[in-house]
Amino acid sequence: MALAPVRRVLPNGLTIVTARNRLIPAVSLAIGVNAGASADAAGAEGTAALAARVLDKGTARFDADAIADELEGRGASLGVGVGRQQIVVSATCLVGDLAAVLPVACAVAREPNFPAHEVATRRAELLTVIQEAADDPGAVAVDALGATLYPGGHPLGRPVRGTAASVGRLGRDELVAFHRRHVAPGATTVVAVGDVDAEALAEHVATELGGWHGLAAPMPGAPPIPPRTERALVVKPMPDKAQADVAYGFVGLARRDPDYYPALVMNNALGQYALGGRLGDSIRERQGMAYYVYSALDAALEPGPLMVRAGVAAANVERTIDSIDREIAAILSDGFTRPEVEDAKRYLIGSLPRQLETNAGIAGFLLSVETYGLGIDHDVRLPERIGAVSYDDVMRVARRLLDPARAVVVVAGPWSGPAA
Amino acid sequence: MVHEERLDNGLTVLVQEVHTAPLASVWCWYRVGSRDEGPGQTGVSHWVEHMNFKGTTNIPRDQVKGIIEQFGGSWNGYTWIDQTTYLETAAASALDRMLFIEAERMARCLYDPADCESERTVIISELQGGENDPEQRLDTEITATAFKAHPYRHPTIGWLHDLTTMTREDLYGHYRRYYVPNNATLVVVGDVETGDVLRRVRDQFGGIPAGTPSRRATTAEPPQGGERRVHLRRPGTTAYWRAVYHAPAFTEADFFPMLALDAMLTGASGLNIWSGGGVATPQRSARLYRGLVNTGLASSVGGFLAPTAEPFLYSIAATVAHGQTLAAVERAVLEECDRIVADGPRVGELDKVLAQLRARFVFDAGSVTDLAHQLGYFATIARWQDWLAIGDRLAAVTPEEVHAAARRYLAADNRTIGMFEPVAGEGGGH
Repeated sequence: MALAPVRRVLPNGLTIVTARNRLIPAVSLAIGVNAGASADAAGAEGTAALAARVLDKGTARFDADAIADELEGRGASLGVGVGRQQIVVSATCLVGDLAAVLPVACAVAREPNFPAHEVATRRAELLTVIQEAADDPGAVAVDALGATLYPGGHPLGRPVRGTAASVGRLGRDELVAFHRRHVAPGATTVVAVGDVDAEALAEHVATELGGWHGLAAPMPGAPPIPPRTERALVVKPMPDKAQADVAYGFVGLARRDPDYYPALVMNNALGQYALGGRLGDSIRERQGMAYYVYSALDAALEPGPLMVRAGVAAANVERTIDSIDREIAAILSDGFTRPEVEDAKRYLIGSLPRQLETNAGIAGFLLSVETYGLGIDHDVRLPERIGAVSYDDVMRVARRLLDPARAVVVVAGPWSGPAA
Repeated sequence: MVHEERLDNGLTVLVQEVHTAPLASVWCWYRVGSRDEGPGQTGVSHWVEHMNFKGTTNIPRDQVKGIIEQFGGSWNGYTWIDQTTYLETAAASALDRMLFIEAERMARCLYDPADCESERTVIISELQGGENDPEQRLDTEITATAFKAHPYRHPTIGWLHDLTTMTREDLYGHYRRYYVPNNATLVVVGDVETGDVLRRVRDQFGGIPAGTPSRRATTAEPPQGGERRVHLRRPGTTAYWRAVYHAPAFTEADFFPMLALDAMLTGASGLNIWSGGGVATPQRSARLYRGLVNTGLASSVGGFLAPTAEPFLYSIAATVAHGQTLAAVERAVLEECDRIVADGPRVGELDKVLAQLRARFVFDAGSVTDLAHQLGYFATIARWQDWLAIGDRLAAVTPEEVHAAARRYLAADNRTIGMFEPVAGEGGGH
């Protein structure tokens, strides 16, 4: 059952991708703009995050009350998310409400007016989020891992949410300038999925946004990622917490890297398959040390991290790190088993219909297809792309990415370092 | 169209055909949850849920891994106050495998002593991970304070002491008492044919003998008769505020007026506690969002009225914004509540939230997994037909009923207020 999406690029540079899905009489929209945290200027970290929070609080055509009135009497939901690459305006509504909801969602992306009082209120909200993250061992560990793997102000080394200092400096002027610089039709993809004819849906979006003009400035360049030559242990003591979070990782690879599919299979076998792959077998199932242990591969425009995560009692921190080291060493010396690799491939291929069942799931998939230029028939091609991965490919990528001697290991929680 | 059938051993089977994707979702629900646990045994239902993923007579321990993943499928489960449930969603061609797993789970789990011990520490790690989150700590404390008599008071994961002392025999005994076909509902939704499903279900489950599930101990929480308070002062960075009110059970007449009241206060959240329909709650015009978040007092506010078998809690939760105080948040929440208690809904307000809720009920069933969840959830706490009838029950709600519900439930005597006040910790504060 191919998605058979409709794709159009308008003369103003805007890309539209639509697909029909008949499960429920609803539509999901995702408007992705290449204006994520990677576009934050040095010292202004959190600009995209704050812009995302204010974006839907008033536009040239709809003030905050008008947005609420248009959406809420219909049960429509509209929100704005932010990641490293993009700000994404998402909306879900019943099919019959699309004509009212689409103009609001488009206006939110295109012509927000960033009311000054809203900037102040949402800045305090974001500062609260930053303050909460400082009390969350998982967030502290992941932030420290990023900063260590990607030093020198690299966008991947900075939290999307920014810091208390950087966000504290942001005002309306910075948000208006950020929007003017980065939000333009050529930097925008509109995805719409639901129980509506895909051609008609694309036409509807084109009518709404065809008259939008403007050019986006180039994204700031990222500094080179220094190769790691040695192992690092970073300890973030949080003595009042009940257990510690471990983040253990390496620089991974970019989404368009030719090794991406082997890496996807390798990561699944390492720390995903069933209850956390090899790592789950060891740390959760055999040793009973953790409720969660898994690995995650963040392959984006830039090579994001390949990260192992676990939450364990302070007394088990060293045994956990040692277990991760030993499992990786065993993979590098003895290899995965051939069934492990085949199982991972079969799972990744077989799980696609689940991933592509819901409107929001399809919309997210199509937005990433467009963001990374994977081709409009990617849903059909993906099984063969994964199927073509060989055992030797997986082992080659394991040797490329995994090396305990160059790992960055972060522990945040009630643990102050290895026993002497 | 939902087809219902009862096997001779008492197993209730619900099947709904949905042919939009080549998928099927199987859920098996048991009428047992943390409310069925006595002193010394808290957390046993949830621990049993964990043990029921660890091998059976015909699924050796080393073959559990991959048993559904081979079909691209996912599996999971959860335990809460009224229920324990397990699911698989996979290619519809894996239907037999999914039914086989659930039949094995119902009758033939192993409870190897070494696995019980290893899982003890996994669950304690789950509990401690939750304790790292100040909001979870506060929720645990406030629930335990709001209930004195009813077993809804203890956390589903259990108290730490019980998790350290329960034995393999406690776990296995609980499993054998409640995991019988006449205490279960099996739900199959997806790209299947009903007659075929029923034949396969009879093959897999028909031979499992009926049992005698323990009668569920029941009591009614006495009227609270006065406000209660919990004030946690612990290391942290952020203050959190909660109020919980004793609320109607799902089948009580007041439930839907109360659901509309929640939507007026905090936005319509729908009735799918598993996924929330995957859609954010529309809050922009909700009273407490306007009164707390738009004014900068709180960085977030939410409400939660769960459909439950017996009267549980309606909760309002707020995160105190950077630079604001618990006292200011409390004053603002209680003022908004007092206003709706005094004046009732505004003209047009009920129509707005009913439209929101009707849309939520569509989103709540946005996948075969969600649809199967909703059928099984309501079959377990009430009847599955109640899920199909929620539109009618909602349409019948009047502004007067919402006003009456506000007066009855948002009373000071009926509430417990909880506060998490961060203090500098051993680490010298953050």
